Amino acid sequence: MAQHLLDLFAIESLWTEEQRLVRDSVRRFARERYAPVLQKAWDDERFPDELVPEIAQLGVLGAQLHGYGCAGMDAAGYGLTMRELEYVDSGLRSFASVQGALCMYPIHAFGSEEQRERFLPRMARGELIGCFGLTEPDSGSDPGSMRTRAKKVDGGYVLDGAKMWITNAPVAGIAVVWAKTGEDASSIRGFLVERGFAGFSTPRMHGKHSLRASWTGEIALEGCFVPDANVLPGVQGLKGPLSCLTQARFGIAWGVLGAALSCFDTAVAYSQERKQFGKPIAGFQLTQQKLVEMASGIINGHLLVNHLSGLKDRGTLTPTQVSLAKRDCVRTAIETARSARTVLGANGIMADYPVMRHAQNLESVLTYEGTHEVHTLALGRAITGVDAFS
Amino acid sequence: MKILVTIKRVEDYESKIKVKPDGTWIVTDGVNYRANPFDEIAVEEALRLRDANMPSEVIAVSVGSELSVNEIRSALAMGADKGILVKQAGWVDSDAVARCLQKVIEREKPDLVLMGKQAVDVDDNVTGQLLAEYLGWGQATFASKHESLESAEEKAKKPGVKLAADKASVEVIREIDGGLETLSVKLPAIVTVDLRLNVPRYASLPNIMKAKKKPVEELDPKALGVDVTPKVKVLKVEPPPARAAGIKVPDVAALVQKLHSDAKVI
Ligand SMILES: Cc1cc2nc3c(=O)[nH]c(=O)nc-3n(C[C@H](O)[C@H](O)[C@H](O)COP(=O)(O)OP(=O)(O)OC[C@H]3O[C@@H](n4cnc5c(N)ncnc54)[C@H](O)[C@@H]3O)c2cc1C
Repeated sequence: MAQHLLDLFAIESLWTEEQRLVRDSVRRFARERYAPVLQKAWDDERFPDELVPEIAQLGVLGAQLHGYGCAGMDAAGYGLTMRELEYVDSGLRSFASVQGALCMYPIHAFGSEEQRERFLPRMARGELIGCFGLTEPDSGSDPGSMRTRAKKVDGGYVLDGAKMWITNAPVAGIAVVWAKTGEDASSIRGFLVERGFAGFSTPRMHGKHSLRASWTGEIALEGCFVPDANVLPGVQGLKGPLSCLTQARFGIAWGVLGAALSCFDTAVAYSQERKQFGKPIAGFQLTQQKLVEMASGIINGHLLVNHLSGLKDRGTLTPTQVSLAKRDCVRTAIETARSARTVLGANGIMADYPVMRHAQNLESVLTYEGTHEVHTLALGRAITGVDAFS
Repeated sequence: MKILVTIKRVEDYESKIKVKPDGTWIVTDGVNYRANPFDEIAVEEALRLRDANMPSEVIAVSVGSELSVNEIRSALAMGADKGILVKQAGWVDSDAVARCLQKVIEREKPDLVLMGKQAVDVDDNVTGQLLAEYLGWGQATFASKHESLESAEEKAKKPGVKLAADKASVEVIREIDGGLETLSVKLPAIVTVDLRLNVPRYASLPNIMKAKKKPVEELDPKALGVDVTPKVKVLKVEPPPARAAGIKVPDVAALVQKLHSDAKVI
């Protein structure tokens, strides 16, 4: 009998008993509670917010952080959580990434004790949803060129500018907004902008063909006053947003392996059942080659993220290492999704199977959190010592 | 209130099960294991009863190989307070399990024992009944409840097995053919649970982290004075017959005719 790919390579033996419990619990939640409402959410182009209390109850939000009501999980346990969420849909994993890695992490790492206590427990309980505002209409891969400005005034700052492509923005109660306090990138500071602050609004963006089960919006800042108490004291310059992205990218590398596995599992099962020319299409060499390419990518990806998890737990993980993992795992996932789509023939384009949805979602994942090209340049620079960015 | 709940390691119902060519057992390679789903319902009920009747304690007990500690951990991760593993590798029949549990119960002296009505591996549906007999305790099998699994009571995680005000008995609603029966059972008692009693919670990540620090005691059946030599011998294991191919009937009259003459259902 054919064994499951992960068993064939004893991938399961990499996890501790506790990590397996984490995986199973998140898996059950994602497949039993989230999957049934997903298609409707996708059709309606919305994230099913009604499930946030259950997601929070499970302890997923900020699971990698210690204290303040967070689970304090090790890196692989956190990674498996992301994988199981994204097995169902990248939108669900994106929600968790933005909340935990892009919003809770900077407050945890760079916030004052007062800020941590004020925001983190509510964010872990899902009562306060966060969004992360870095990208702007004219500033994407080059965030140092951002135009959003924070002008110092008595008791705080006044923010003016616009952020775009911001996940969770339409429903967020708090936005971690990055803005320049001076002319150059070294003057960038992080601001905790709360819903209700005058001059803060978050129009929703419509018409996505990807990541439809996820909120995306803009952040408009028009003379928005942010008190000093809501400025992150612990960081200045691009290091602030970039270190958040390193956290999130680590989770993305793990997460997309879930999307890849979902496509792979679907393609294997389909190929064993679908018969043409008198035998299952799994019996054709060309089909087997496709499945083997997917399998290699998925196994390599697991070994890579598991290695990085060990480094993360030891505190030595570098942004370059995460760049490679994000780039490589997303490439594996999107190639797996596209190839699985062909194995399913015409059925591959239908909503009855998850493959086309994953393929569409992964187009966003390929671009956000540093495009595939930008990670290539980051790695190229690390390897050659020559900067090819500009 | 002290509640003892049993949890068995069984083949995952999502795994593809294949019978060994010699028909002695199933092929275990590549099969995943998990906690018996009925036992998870028993754990959930135990936790709800504990939380509604503090101070209380929930002890999760398994009889099985050292791998069964995984299922005990999953009960601890759901919220049970401590675990006991009666360690015995290989095939243990339901009677031996009941006699091991008897010894554990005589030592732990719980007020209530909650168990799955059966384990989904061999579907015996006897361990709870045997245990009640050996202990000389009352029993209520197939615990269910009036409220649906979509009801507000269920969402609020209210126990379906209710402790009487004087704490001397529990009220159990049983699923019987064509309806529900309400019993009052004097404590201590054995209650086995059915599918429609509750929806077990997902172990939360913080609770999984905490479960690591909860104690799991290991016991040896010999030290408990139990001879686990099976009384039941498995003679042969066979796969269910392959489903015959369907047929197409030309019209309703032919369908009715077939249902009458071949299927004999009308
Ligand atoms: C669904 C979705 C959700 C998002 N959520 C968020 C969020 O929550 N918060 C947030 O701040 N942002 C978010 N983003 C924005 C995302 O991070 C940006 O889209 C990304 O950084 C790329 O920026 P851009 O789209 O402006 O593309 P550009 O930077 O304009 O790039 C266009 C193309 O040019 C290439 N390119 C650019 N510079 C170079 C170079 N030097 N060398 C070679 N090639 C280059 C890129 O690789 C790309 O192929 C989200 C995006 C999407 C699609």
